[in-house]
Formats: sequence, structure tokens, C-alpha cells
Amino acid sequence: MSASQNNLFQKELVSEAFKQSFVKLNPKIMFKNPVMFTVEIGTAIMFFVCLWILSGKGSQGSFAYNFIVFLVLFLTLLFANFAEAIAEARGKAQADSLRKTREETPARLENGQTISSAELKKGDIFVCEAGDIIATDGEIIEGLATIDESAITGESAPVIREAGGDKSSVTGGTKVLSDKIKVIVTSEPGESFLDKMIALVEGASRQKTPNEIALTILLAGFTLVFIIVTVTLAPFAKYANAPITIAAFISLFVCLIPTTIGGLLSAIGIAGMDRALRANVITKSGKAVETAGDIDVLLLDKTGTITIGNRKATAFYPTNGISQDDFIKSAVLSSLADDTPEGKSIVELAGVEVANKLSIEGATLIKFTAETRTSGVVLKDGTNIRKGAQDAAKNIALQAGNSFPEDISQKVIDISSNGGTPLVVIKNNQVQGVIELQDIIKTGMKERFERLRKMGIKTVMVTGDNPLTAKFIAEKAGVDDFIAEAKPEDKMNYIKKEQAEGRLVAMMGDGTNDAPALAQANVGVAMNSGTQAAKEAGNMVDLDNDPTKLIEIVEIGKQLLMTRGTLTTFSIANDVAKYFAIIPALFITAIPALQGLNIMGLHSPESAILSAVIFNAIVIPFLIPLALRGVAYKPIGASALLRRNLFIYGIGGVIVPFIGIKLIDLVVSLFV
Amino acid sequence: MNSEILGIIVMYGLVMLLAIPLGRYIGKIFNYESTWLDKFFNPIDKLFFKIGGIDPSKEMNWKQHLVALLTINVVWFIISMLVLTNMAWLPFNPDGNPSMSGDLAFNTSISFITNTNLQHYSGESGLSYLGQLTLMLWQFISAGCGMAICAAVFMAMKEKTSTTLGNFYSFFVRSCTRVLLPLSFVVAIILVMNGTPMTFEGKDTITTLEGNEQNISRGPVAAFVAIKQLGTNGGGFYGPNSANPMENPNYLTNLVENGSIFLIPIAMVFALGFILKRKKLSWTIYSVMTLGFLMLLIPAVISEMNGNPAISNMGIAQDMGSMEGKEVRFGSAASANWATYTTVTSNGSVNAMHDSMTPITGMTTLLGMMINCFYGGVGVGFLNFYIFIILGVFISGLMVGRTPEFLGKKIEAKEMKIAMIIALLHPFLILVGTALASHLYAGNPEALSGWLANPSYHGFSEMLYEFTSSSANNGSGFEGLGDNTPFWNIATGIVMLFARYLPIMGPVAIAGMLAQKQYIPESNGTLKTDTSTFGLMVFAVIFIVAALSFFPALTLGPIAEYFSGK
Repeated sequence: MSASQNNLFQKELVSEAFKQSFVKLNPKIMFKNPVMFTVEIGTAIMFFVCLWILSGKGSQGSFAYNFIVFLVLFLTLLFANFAEAIAEARGKAQADSLRKTREETPARLENGQTISSAELKKGDIFVCEAGDIIATDGEIIEGLATIDESAITGESAPVIREAGGDKSSVTGGTKVLSDKIKVIVTSEPGESFLDKMIALVEGASRQKTPNEIALTILLAGFTLVFIIVTVTLAPFAKYANAPITIAAFISLFVCLIPTTIGGLLSAIGIAGMDRALRANVITKSGKAVETAGDIDVLLLDKTGTITIGNRKATAFYPTNGISQDDFIKSAVLSSLADDTPEGKSIVELAGVEVANKLSIEGATLIKFTAETRTSGVVLKDGTNIRKGAQDAAKNIALQAGNSFPEDISQKVIDISSNGGTPLVVIKNNQVQGVIELQDIIKTGMKERFERLRKMGIKTVMVTGDNPLTAKFIAEKAGVDDFIAEAKPEDKMNYIKKEQAEGRLVAMMGDGTNDAPALAQANVGVAMNSGTQAAKEAGNMVDLDNDPTKLIEIVEIGKQLLMTRGTLTTFSIANDVAKYFAIIPALFITAIPALQGLNIMGLHSPESAILSAVIFNAIVIPFLIPLALRGVAYKPIGASALLRRNLFIYGIGGVIVPFIGIKLIDLVVSLFV
Repeated sequence: MNSEILGIIVMYGLVMLLAIPLGRYIGKIFNYESTWLDKFFNPIDKLFFKIGGIDPSKEMNWKQHLVALLTINVVWFIISMLVLTNMAWLPFNPDGNPSMSGDLAFNTSISFITNTNLQHYSGESGLSYLGQLTLMLWQFISAGCGMAICAAVFMAMKEKTSTTLGNFYSFFVRSCTRVLLPLSFVVAIILVMNGTPMTFEGKDTITTLEGNEQNISRGPVAAFVAIKQLGTNGGGFYGPNSANPMENPNYLTNLVENGSIFLIPIAMVFALGFILKRKKLSWTIYSVMTLGFLMLLIPAVISEMNGNPAISNMGIAQDMGSMEGKEVRFGSAASANWATYTTVTSNGSVNAMHDSMTPITGMTTLLGMMINCFYGGVGVGFLNFYIFIILGVFISGLMVGRTPEFLGKKIEAKEMKIAMIIALLHPFLILVGTALASHLYAGNPEALSGWLANPSYHGFSEMLYEFTSSSANNGSGFEGLGDNTPFWNIATGIVMLFARYLPIMGPVAIAGMLAQKQYIPESNGTLKTDTSTFGLMVFAVIFIVAALSFFPALTLGPIAEYFSGK
């Protein structure tokens, strides 16, 4: 992330947000936010009071005082609007920078005709060759290509995308480096995931999330309480012969209702989606981010997430009667033509000298298939060398009437329980020995899982390995549970089981066979490289194709909820000081004895009221950075976290306004 | 240590010693575990169910619970109206007391059925013994209703997902027969032994030392007083309530009666812990309640023991503290103590005149009723507290980065809506009621001069207190208010109705809806509700929602009076 992105208030964004602050004064837009809507009504009333005074009517105090109250209230509204507008502008800017990559690009159709990318419709097929920029999002239906996705992901290493598999999706704006592919367009123009996300940020299709609705109810409730408090104060004051000016009434009301959180609430929500976008994750709804904070179980694929992509060969174990050199020779022969990472690592382990001496010229390659579960080579002289899983190799040996050596059986178990994968090599149906492949666990994973555990999240590793290997890696990596020999439906069943017990599950996937599980999971993150089906099924898309992204997403969700909670607490805690500023000011003229309540020693009733409303207004812009960045999440357990936040935002929320109002009063009293 | 203060502490200690085992016993009763009293009570319960045609094993959902509660309350209201407006010619009227007027009967019936016992009449001249007995029955029934509906909420708080919460009638009968009746019996016996009357004979005529003839009102007083204290009812047999020596003869009876006020409310909190097997949660709730209670009790006791500053200013020594409106046999500390208990628990019985208390005590008693859940009424005190737990859980749940959940159930918009309406209701009823009265009075002080015995701030406190007491279903009066007029009878009657049933319906609805939701197992990230941190959070919510909304009103009443008297 560059420094300019980190800067919360870029010049262009601020001027755009400034404009929007006024546009959003429209009562129709304001109505959606009940707290700020009542402030708007109060401001309008003050406006008329000012006019009334100008027309020569008295009894409401000086014009200057009333006008300042009106101005401060107006500023309160602008500040709240600005918070929302700046959050929108930032989100939009982030999305725009992604969108820029996919501006007008020519697309070559199958028939050779070239049209603009904007004209491409869902279902159209276009062709891309080396050097072409891919015109729009789509799925490869034919061919294979290396593609530079750095425009989207920032990752410079090219990736391979090919038809048929789980890596068949291409993104508009990325560049084909080699080969030729045919791509079918998967979305109508303006309806890609990114377009949808931009619409969410812009507010056109932004809907309040369930938690936001519940919080709005709470805030509306508080607003109602204070409407009752303020309105009933009029007859009370009449009884006590202590007339209250309209300005004082409205000031009391505006100060008491939770304007701070009311003004920042939507900014917090937008900022949450924006933070997700900055992490290169496109969310399909605000709710998905919120749900991420609640996740109890994380399903993680072993390969690529917990371990570095592929296994590596680490040792050769010949069976009794076969020499080490002979065994290595067979192993290398079976792997020379094998361009899988495992195959390459076997050649690497044997060493270049050994490999250079051997030749497989004229040999027939036997590719790995799901049925045989072995791969290998038939040499020119007819020697048949295969390598594969223990049971497959055993079958071949036994069928040919050969035995499966005892020492190899033992070795296989040893390797498995050590977290390795045994690969048995057979030559002419006779067992030669076993190669040990080991998974390499990514650095820092253990710490991350520990952090997740402290957050109360259970991690589950999903792997195709046998249970013994799976258990070893699970323990070594520090995950809480694992699904071994996992088939797609196992994932689905695991999710359903956890959900039946009331837990929320998040998972990441890319393949079409992941789609049902992605849809079933509460948070399903599809990799951008994944199939269209997977992307449709999930509720987030990760542009980086980074499987560890789930962890970040959970923290973004928690931050979002925490920011809401802490600012609500702060806002409500502020009321204590505001009461002590305004209530004495309301009655001190009629009941001088109430000077005893003026514990802040504020200068005069007017200065006290002005100080309270000014504090109430300026606290909003002061808190905008916090609302946009979010409150930092610390995995220290719920009770400790509550203690910490209650201390900072609760106790702080009581103390800060006492100091703030007093300071403002010192300044205001110079003028009043 | 000052023996007056020692008396207060000893009483609290004794009650706590009883409350914990009583809580366990109540827990067993609602869990249908066997107790040694079963042999005795099972046949009685069966008889009741047989007469009522009730199947006690039929499970009810939360709506059915509320329907059951509301229907039997309507029936009782009608019976009550009929009796009170026809007492004059009905039996058990040896003193020949008249029937009640319509608006007074309306107020009195509502007042007793809602567990408020706001008495705009004087029992010795305003009721026949039949009237007294009818009202005594309501004192059992309203307390039993509170316990039964609270039990339904306890059931709803269990971990399992369920739509049914037990049987209301069964909880109700078990509460009455197995808790209220035996406890009342014991208290009544102690009172009788100390001289409280228990008879159906009419007035006694005695010759005083001066040789004058004096009529002394009697009646089934001991039985009446026992349940009035235990059921947080508070409706006295005599006008002066427990300040009258017939109701409360000596320091020992004062101790027993005062202890009876908060025995069951505290026991209910512990019953919750036994039922849910979450004792720590009970202790957390108990601690929050006690913290709040002490913050009201201590200033009240200090203020009353220090005497009235206005009298001190005249140079008169007040060694016994402020004794205006207090009984010499109890003293200032025990009177302030009772005043605090009776207002925090929605009891409303008095052993001294609250109108005469110092402004600080005036404010703490008002605050006790405004908050209405520091122990609170039998059953309903916990329901009020439950609303604050929900609000507290919502805000603190967010603060730990999860959408809020309470005991494994998610709190969503619907629950928040109900919780907020209930939290709003109490300030609404009190402030709007007082505003209406202030408006009427300020508009025509001469015509309504009969309303207020005191002008200015104290007069305002009298009006505020009356509505607060009605809305808290407390029933104590600041007195000094001419309250037996159609305005006060009807206005407070309406307030009592709303303030009783909505705050019952709200928590039951929330608990019932939460019970149907899926249970989410606890994890490291789950907010724990049985910690002191969460306790403080709830305390802060109560303080800000319940106390601060009344700050402006209190400023014009007791606070202005306090600063003016300084």
C-alpha cells in the first residue's frame, strides 16, 4: 500500500466530500439517519428563530447568540455529512483505481472483428494472444496462457490460467504474456463484481446491515428519550417560573442525543468495505464484512494456505536388497518427464549429476490419472517404472504375484506419521523403495493460528492427505482440527455440522466443486482466479488469490463492529458532562442556588450552552479518522478487550467532554 | 459503632443468610425438583388445578404465558371493582365503612392488581374487612404473577433452543403456595406475637389516661402486613402504613418487616443462578444491584442522621438526626434505611413520611424508583434488570467485535426494538405525567391549590414522586399531595396499568424470541456476561439511561431544594 493511499484526507477527495456534505443536507437523504434528521429539524427551527429576532421580536436573547447556535448546529450537520462523504469518496477512489485498469480495450471476437470492450455482452467470446490486454472479466473456454495480473494484485510473478480447471477465470485489465486463449464474457457491462461493489460504496444500492439496523434502533431510542426529556422540560420550567429560550432547548436536545455515533455510523460501515477493498477483497454486501467478525470456524485448505504450495522430496528409502544408487536411478527415471512440482523435487533431491547421466529418450510417458493413481515411464527397453501412493503400488505388485516388502510397509507408516507423504516406486511390478515427500509449513502460520485461537476462532485444515499425515501437519502448524482425505462433500458436511451447532463458518475456495460449500459457508471467499461458479457462490472475491486472506477479513469484520460499539459508548458517555454544562445554564437565572451544579465553573449560561454545542460539533471531525481507520483489534480475549475499550471510550467519554467543554468555554467567554 | 447503623447492617446480613438458601429453594420449585415440603403442598396444588380445570404439565410458549397472565388479571380487576364499590352493604363491615367512588375504586383496583398499592384512601375508614381481605388476596396474586412470569423468563434463558417455557398457572400456584404463603405465615406469627391485631371484630373502645374515650381500629392486620412486605406490595392496612404502631409495633417487627421487603427480590436473583447453573451470573447481577442500592442507601442514611439543615440553621440541636415525620421507636437511620429499601424494590410501604425527609433522601428515593431494578419488585425487578442487560450486551458485544449475543442467543433488531420501547416507557410515563400535572398547576395555581401542600421545588417533588411511584409500581406516596381527585386517580391509574404490563410483556417477548433462536456455543471471542467488567457496563447503562433522563426533573425538585437550603 503506498503512502498516498494511507493518507486519510487527500486533496481531491476532501473537495469532493465537501461538495457532497451540502448535497446530503437534502431532508430526503437525511431522513435515513434518524439522529441527524432531528438535528436538521432543530437547525431549521433555529434558522426561523434568527429570522424572528431580526424581525424585531424579543425574548429569545440576542441575535448574535442565536445565530451562533444556528451556525454550530449547521456545522454539526455538515461534519456528519462530511464523514459519510469522505468515506464514500475514499471507497470510490479505491474502486476507481481498480476500474481504471479496465478502461476501453479493444476486444477481438472469434470472427476476427474487433470491438470495444464496452460493447461486449455476456456470452460473447473473444480471443487473446500474447501481448493483449484482456478486455473484460471472463472464463477461458479454450487454451492456456501465462498472464500478468500485477495490475490487479500488485504481484509481479505471472500466473497460468487454463480452460477446464479451477483456474479458468481471467480478469479484465490483465495482460496475456504467452499463448492464446478463447474467453467467454461472464457479466454484462457494468455488472461485474467490482461494479457492484462500487455501487455499494456509492450508496445507491447500499442497504443497512442487520447490525446497523439494530444499532440505529438503539440510537433512535436514545433520541426519543431525549425528545421526551426536552419537551417535558417546558412545563416543568413553567411551574418553576424559569423560562427557557428555544436556543437552549434545542442545544440541550442536540447535545444529549447521540450525534457523534449518529453522524459517523454510515462512514464506519463504508470504511469497513473500503478496508476490505484495500486488502484487495471485493465484498458483495456490507453484511458479509460484518458476518466475518462473527466467524467461529475457519476452513483452510492445507496446500497453499498452511503449507507452501507443494510437497518436496526429502529422502530416498530403498527396500532390502536394492542399493541406494539403483533406487535413486529408478526414482529419477520415473520423474524426469514429470513436470509436477513433486516430480521436479525428486530430480532436484537426486542431484543434477545423477539426472544428467540418465536419459529417457524414446520412452513412453505415463501420466497420472485418478484411476491408476500412479505415474511413470516405460523405457525404450520395456522397463516399466511407476511411482504412486502406497495402496496403488501395492495393488500392482500383488496383482503381478509379487509381495509388498515388510520394511517398506513400516517405512510408509513412519513417513506418514511424520507428516510426510510416501511415494512408492516399482520397477517391473517389483517394489524398489519409497520416496519421502514433506510439506513445508509457511513461516508465521503458527503465530497466526495462535492469534485466531485467542480471537475465539477454531481453525480447520482441509487436505487430501491421509489422516496420519494430516494429523502431523495439523499439530505442527497449530490448527485445531483437520479433515483428511477430503472430498468436496466432506467440506460441505463439516460446514453444515458446525452450523447446526450454531457456529458461523468461513472458507475460501476456487473450484467449481467448492461452489456449494462456498454458498453454504457464512463467509465464502472465492479466489479471483477461480471459476465463475465459485465466484458467484461466495460472498467475497479475493483479487490476490491469497488463501491467508481470510484471517485479515475476519479482523476487518471485528474492527467494523468494534468501531461502532466504542463510538456509541463514547457518544453516550459524553452526555454526563453535557448535562452538567447545560442544565445549570438553563435554570441559573431563575434559581441562583443551582450555581452549585455548575461544577465546571463555566462562565455564563450563554457560554456554557455554546461551549456544549461547539464541543458536540467538533468532536465529529476529530473522530472521523478513527471511524475511517477503525478501532484496532487486539486478540486478548473478550473480557480484556471489553475492559480496555470500556476504559478508553467509556471513562474517556465521560472525562474528555468535561475538559473539552471547559477549554472551549475559556475561549468563548472572551467574546460573550 | 453507632447502634443505629449496626442495626441496619445486621438486618442486611440476616436477610442475605436467608436469601441464598431461599433462592436455591425457589430454583428447585421452578425446576420441579423435589423438596421436603412436597408432601404437604402437592395435594393442595392438585386441588387448585382440579378446581381451575388446569393441566399443569401443558407447556406454554411466551405468548400463551402473557395471555394467561393478562386474562386472569382482567378477571381480578372486575371482581375488585365490584367489591370495592359495594362494600357498604356486603358482609364483614363491622365499622360500617362506605363504598368507594368509581374513580377511587378504579385507582385502588389497578393499584393492587399491579402490585403498586398506591393508596388514595385510608384503610381504617375507607375499607370494610371484606375490602381489606380482597386487597390482601391481590397482594398474594400480584406477587405470585410476578414470580411466575419471571420463572418463564428464567426458563427461556436456558441454553437449549425451545419455544415452550413451562406452564404459567403451575408456576403461579407454586409461587403462591410454596413461597409466599409459608413465608407470610411465619412473618404474620412474629407480628401477632409482638402485638399486631388479627381479628374480625370491629373498633375497640378504650379509655385513655386522660379519661377520654378513644376508638381503635382493628382487623386482620398481621396477615395483611406480612404479605404486603414480602410481596413488594406495600399497601398498608392503616393509612400511615408501617409507621402506625398497630402495623409495626417495635424495633424487632421493624427489622422483620424491613427484611421481608427485599428477601424475595434477592432470592430470585440467586434462583436464576441455580436454575441456569450459572451462579457467577447471579453474583454479577446481585453485585450490580447492590452497588446501586448502596449508592442510594448511604447518602440517604447520612443525610437523615445529620438532621435538617433548615433546623440546624435556626440553632436547634438535632442529636437524633432529622426526626420530622419519623417514629421515635425506629430513629432516623432505620427510617432512611426503610425508605431506601421500599423505593428500590417497588414495595412502597413506609415507616416514616417521605415528604418530611431531607432533599437528598427525597432524591435517592425518587432515583430508586426511577431505576426500579436495584433488587426491584418480586419477579418484575429482575425483568427490569433484564432489559438493561440486553442494552448492555448490545453495546459491549459490539465493543468486543462480535454481533451481540446473550447466553448464546443473538440479539437482533427485533429484540432491540422491544428493549428500547420498554426502556423508554418509564421515563415517558413519569415525565409526561409530571409535565401534564405541572402544566395544569402552573396554569391555574389558585384553583388547584388543594393539590400541593408545599409550594415551589418541594411541591414539584410531590408531583414527580406520585408519578414515579405509580410508574415504578411502588405505591409509596410523598404525601402532602391532595391525590384523591379524579385527575390523580385516573392519571396514576393509567400510568400504573402501562407501567405494570408493558415491562412484563417486553422482557417475556424478548426472552421468548431469544429462546427460539439457535444456541451459539461460547468461544474465546464471546462476551462473558458474568464478569465484573460486564457488570460495570450494565451499571453504566442503567445510570445513563435510567438516571440521567431524570436529571432535569430532579434538578427542579430535590436538587434545587438541596442547594437552596444550603
